[in-house]
Amino acid sequence: MRVGIDVGGTHTDAVLMNADAVVATVKTPTTGDVTTGVVTALRRLLASSGARHDEVGAVMIGTTHFTNALVTGRGLARTAVVRLALPATAALPPTVGWPGRLVEAIRPSVHLCHGGVEFDGREISPLRPAELERVAEHLHDEDITTVAISSVFSPVSHDFEERAAALLLERLPRLHVSMSHEIGRIGLLERENATIVNACLRELAEEIVDAFTAALRAVGVDAPLYLSQNDGTLMDARYTRRYPVRTFASGPTNSMRGAAFLAGRADCAVVDIGGTTTDVGVLTGGYPRQATGEVDIGGVRTNFRMPDILSIGLGGGSRVVPGAPPRIGPDSVGYELTSRALVFGGEVLTATDLAVAGGLADIGDRGLVRGLDTHLVRDGIAEMATRVADRVDQMRTSPAPLPVVVVGGGGVLVPDVLPGGARIHRPEHHAVANAIGAAIGQIGGEVDRLYALTGERTREEVLEEARQEAVERSLAAGATAGSVEIVEMEEVHVPYLPGNAVRVRVRAVGDLHPAHDPAAGGPRGR
Amino acid sequence: MTVAFTLTEQGLRDLAEGAAVLGTGGGGDPHIGRLLVQQQLRAGREVRVIGVDELPGDALVVPSAMMGAPTVFIEKLPSGRGNIAALRALEARLGRAAAATMPTESGGLNSMIPLLLGAQLGLPVVDADGMGRAFPELQMETWNVYGVPGSPMAIASDHGDHCVIDTGQDNLLMERRARAMTVEMGGAAYICDYPMDAATVRRTSIPGTLTLAMKIGAALRRARQDHADPFERLTGALKDTIYSHGLVLFAGKVVDVERRTVAGFARGQVTLEGDAGRMTLTFQNEHLVARHGGRVAAIVPDLICTLNSETGAPVTTESLAYGQRLTVFAISTPALMRTPEALACFGPSAFGLPDPYVPVERLPLSAV
Repeated sequence: MRVGIDVGGTHTDAVLMNADAVVATVKTPTTGDVTTGVVTALRRLLASSGARHDEVGAVMIGTTHFTNALVTGRGLARTAVVRLALPATAALPPTVGWPGRLVEAIRPSVHLCHGGVEFDGREISPLRPAELERVAEHLHDEDITTVAISSVFSPVSHDFEERAAALLLERLPRLHVSMSHEIGRIGLLERENATIVNACLRELAEEIVDAFTAALRAVGVDAPLYLSQNDGTLMDARYTRRYPVRTFASGPTNSMRGAAFLAGRADCAVVDIGGTTTDVGVLTGGYPRQATGEVDIGGVRTNFRMPDILSIGLGGGSRVVPGAPPRIGPDSVGYELTSRALVFGGEVLTATDLAVAGGLADIGDRGLVRGLDTHLVRDGIAEMATRVADRVDQMRTSPAPLPVVVVGGGGVLVPDVLPGGARIHRPEHHAVANAIGAAIGQIGGEVDRLYALTGERTREEVLEEARQEAVERSLAAGATAGSVEIVEMEEVHVPYLPGNAVRVRVRAVGDLHPAHDPAAGGPRGR
Repeated sequence: MTVAFTLTEQGLRDLAEGAAVLGTGGGGDPHIGRLLVQQQLRAGREVRVIGVDELPGDALVVPSAMMGAPTVFIEKLPSGRGNIAALRALEARLGRAAAATMPTESGGLNSMIPLLLGAQLGLPVVDADGMGRAFPELQMETWNVYGVPGSPMAIASDHGDHCVIDTGQDNLLMERRARAMTVEMGGAAYICDYPMDAATVRRTSIPGTLTLAMKIGAALRRARQDHADPFERLTGALKDTIYSHGLVLFAGKVVDVERRTVAGFARGQVTLEGDAGRMTLTFQNEHLVARHGGRVAAIVPDLICTLNSETGAPVTTESLAYGQRLTVFAISTPALMRTPEALACFGPSAFGLPDPYVPVERLPLSAV
């Protein structure tokens, strides 16, 4: 059996699953310290299900700790940045464009060094070991324990990053090294930014992983611990210590995957309607589609893989202004719904009131909305359905019809059939979809790289190489051999270059290896 | 006529967004270019934009640009040496110092490169360019059309190494030689070409294109602030310029995107569906022709821009995807770009299109 836990801002949800069946679910308040909320959730889950501690084979946790740390600027370590690129890139040094409060929080120690490669793999300039020795000395003197290393075109060749890391570790064996080729894709500043974010979270990652491990021990569960990544796959404790940035946005990802799993769908749109906003995402083969452009995390522009989610200001608490059509949201009474909405005896006309008056939901006192204008109710409900249907349509990548799974407290706002004919699925247990998404996580591997097609290497050879590497990466991360499949493959030609450069992105995913021991094997890196 | 001014950070942001609109779907994202110039401004340097009339007729003006793949540019960020090296190499060859620089291409990333050079060296930047939009090749310049040789040109890498290319009067050959050198230099290089005196700049350039980009960017920004229709604001902003006609051709949803790469160019076609039926855009890095019900609605060199229907933000051909809600906005090009000689250089036939050029304001959709 597997336990899935979602540590959110207000609630910690937990589920116990036996293969594909949900055995038990609990919802507890999140606590200020990391350990207590998880201990409580685990104890209650085991007590209510009657399962024995030794029946738990793995515990999967999704957490917003790292996102919160970046947003608040608390718990971030002083971070060094080494960029291997000179003479290129000197006009735009690292952390350019960062918000001032984050620069103050991590007080970056920036070092521009020689190195890096061209798009076709030729060296820009040779590595200068003396430069890195000076960097090591500086880090030692300043007592800086975490470093982000970036190198031009490291998604083409990561040799420079590896060599620089080895040189620094030789001098400073306890240094936390984060390398950009393991974090992001083409686009130096954005990839480097994500790497710096990862680096400044490394010490916090040690604390958080230790706290989760302690929580398991306190309850007496002796099972391996995994954390959810934002692409819907898992990483083990050791991996999490190295790549905390990969937990960013794992919440929405888990929620979408959990919802799709509960609805029995691998390809669908998931609509999560809350009190104030509605999030729409699309799953292909059970995994959320990734955003292709730049993503802002805590005010930092990155090109880190993130789920592609469209948010609109429509929720159960959205205010309604009569008109043709009625204006619904984006302002909302939010958590005050149960005191301010008409059906709860309040004074504000909300989206929930329309749903109750229209017979879509039975919440609060229906008698309190009996007097509402029937045209307003009808038009308002139609307007909400149209807006949701529009967003779903906008997220589709092909004209083929897409099933729609609706979850969240505001799910009652939309009718069973959307304009355009899409039928809606409303799965059971959807209140703990996050935790279920964590529990059903698999193991993945990804490659995103620019290749120069030459006479010596054909397109087919390049694609095969990328596929192989994605599979190897998933195996290294703990996937079961034989279960690994390529779930995504993308090939984009680079414009304005006659040299036939092609950018290839491949994702492989497999089942968690039952015998995978995080302490013994585990992926490459430090 | 341009009144000289010093660029502010807000002006720079507007210019970058307007330049992306003038990029007509190509030309590269000005974002990194904007950051480069912003760095200079924050370091206390200045960008001085001047009208060409402020220069004596015999003053030397040297345009500055980057050549190659924007994809390379966002990874191998500039050293800040290549663009200076190209200028110095060309000055050495000509035996004269430049009095000012200017953009070759006001659409996309290349709007930013002369601003960088201007800030680094304190060199004024002339408010004009050689196409008033984005085009993919070096000979596609009004300068070429009106008899200005692109040679000698200088091309430099981030290391500062450089070479001078001289193909005499043959600007197409210059494009080929420079393209090969760009690949050798890692897929992105810095060039200075079409050196000319201020009198020639006046005779052969599209004037006011930097301020035009700023005006477009400011109109979009204010439309967002005021929750106003960005397209009405755009039309209004263009009205009293030499790009007098700005009009919405179509609004709808992307239902199909088809791409292929031919000789280094990203060619393809995008189809939109909306209340007024279907519109198909054919692109080669930039949008070339818009067709509605099989009939041409706008065609190169008039500008065909794909903009986000809600925000008016420009959408590049690289990022076109199924489901996007886009508005196709056409902008008329100035008279200098519509002469028979100009059309032979960058009109429909130069891109292998069978259709004749008809000004966008005389085509059927402009009456809608």
